[in-house]
Amino acid sequence: MKKQKTRSWLLALLLMPALALAEGDETEWTSKIKNQYFAGKSIEESNDIIEIEAPYRAEDPALVPIKIVSKIPQTKDSYIKKVLVLVDKNPFPYVGEFEFAPESGKADLAMRVRVNTYSNISAIAEMNDGKLVMTKKFVKASGGCSAPIGADLDAAMQRLGKMKFRLDEGVKIGEPNLAQLLISHPNITGMQMDQVTRFVKKSHFVKEVRVSFNDKPILTAKTDIAISADPNFRFYFVPDKAGVLKAEVSDTSCESPTSRDACTAGNSYSETYTLNP
Amino acid sequence: MRFLFALILSAGSAYATAAQVLSVTEVAPGIYTHRGVHELPDTKNHGAIANIGFIVGEHCVAVIDTGGNPQQGESLKLAIKHATSKPVCYVINTHVHPDHIYGNKAFKEAGVKFVGHEKLARAMATRGAYYIDKAADQLDVKLTADDIIPPDIAVKDHLDIDLGGRTLKLTAHSAAHTDNDLTVYDEQTDTLWISDLLFIEHLPVIDGSLKGWLAELEILESHPYKTVIPGHGPIVKDWPKSMQPEKDYLEMLLTEIRAMIKQGKYLEEAVETVGYSAKGQWQLFDQFHRKNVTTAFAELEWEN
Repeated sequence: MKKQKTRSWLLALLLMPALALAEGDETEWTSKIKNQYFAGKSIEESNDIIEIEAPYRAEDPALVPIKIVSKIPQTKDSYIKKVLVLVDKNPFPYVGEFEFAPESGKADLAMRVRVNTYSNISAIAEMNDGKLVMTKKFVKASGGCSAPIGADLDAAMQRLGKMKFRLDEGVKIGEPNLAQLLISHPNITGMQMDQVTRFVKKSHFVKEVRVSFNDKPILTAKTDIAISADPNFRFYFVPDKAGVLKAEVSDTSCESPTSRDACTAGNSYSETYTLNP
Repeated sequence: MRFLFALILSAGSAYATAAQVLSVTEVAPGIYTHRGVHELPDTKNHGAIANIGFIVGEHCVAVIDTGGNPQQGESLKLAIKHATSKPVCYVINTHVHPDHIYGNKAFKEAGVKFVGHEKLARAMATRGAYYIDKAADQLDVKLTADDIIPPDIAVKDHLDIDLGGRTLKLTAHSAAHTDNDLTVYDEQTDTLWISDLLFIEHLPVIDGSLKGWLAELEILESHPYKTVIPGHGPIVKDWPKSMQPEKDYLEMLLTEIRAMIKQGKYLEEAVETVGYSAKGQWQLFDQFHRKNVTTAFAELEWEN
């Protein structure tokens, strides 16, 4: 009995460092990311404002569905102003910065991301009073950024820029309504490039998404290569009356996948959805 | 005597890592195949899991897929030498996946033309760096850019190649299993080397287009081929009957995922619920099914 106890204790001891390394690796965050985005600022770690839902092990590292779930309602006096999402260990950790408004109703956001290696996904919420709150989730995935471009590249290029809104749960005035925005775009990371043949020249990705209702912003996103091909966002908005939901999207192309110093502006696309409850 | 024994032993160990002759079976006159295993590519099988082989003509030999690592390519080359004295003149890659192309380098020499779908070179270029990187970790196989050999001859639609008294009819398909699937038809024996457009026992893997794959199967099933050689699974003598399980699986994905999209359900839910009724019928279901649902969902949400 005693011997068994000792053995399991030993086993736990042996396993512990490995687990600690895999699950709690904060190196990127403490050595680089914190200073890059929040130098000198204090950030509270908590799941009381937002939390991340993500699969522990991803089926497809280039298409990992994640969801930011907000724990507080968006009101005029107190609301989540921004959420910065990062995949700590990606070659370019920045996924996107998402700005919400009181009119968003709920600062929930579902999207699909690329995860290049076992990594924490970090989301940092900035409240309207400037308070910063961070939450993290560990995801096991590998190769999401350099993974081959979508299965049928030609089909993807042909429908580039096409967009759709879906409001599958119906529309209710004065309440948070769930909307889905689908953007057809290969969102090329530039890391799939072949140096010799240069079949895929460089990164080519959606850099900005602005969603408004009757011209009032609901969601404004600055996004990057860690967003999966065919960007897909689900978010809330509170319509005060009938009107028009509008998405304006623009893309860019950068020389290097991991630097934003040399980029060329791309095209803009837009889509509207008329709400007639 | 003891000295001699030691010599044999040491000779044996020195050659232990050299290529062995690959086991092949003549499945139709002049058509030889090696049967792969239904396993995930890993550090034990080193990626050698697919059906590969060759077709012998009066003048020369066409290799069809070269194997999952450079050494399997060498082993296949030895098997060809055992079967015939004729030289290899063509290496046909049926698509870009590692288990079909990693043996290419063994055949790279003057007089050998590499043949593939017109989109194969692009697929090799965009995937090559990633593949090479993964091969070390996942297969314990050391690859360099030299191992990824793009086609000299790119097939758009159709191409006939002549092996001397034997014409192989090559067809480049629309996106199906991948976006660069090529099949080889041997008129002489009425054999279709369909490769990964057909999976038997091993769950079909979608890396191209679900709808495209079903469309290609619909065309192919109307022809009563005498022999069909799948990329994974046993040789088929009862085409199109043996293809039915694959077709049923793909159609089930199409129907169920379409219904979910129509109902406003999301990818996350589809991955948890679609298609699990087929689980008992396939090997490697747990390894590939969720990925299939993901790929198919991403395709189908852009329909119409």
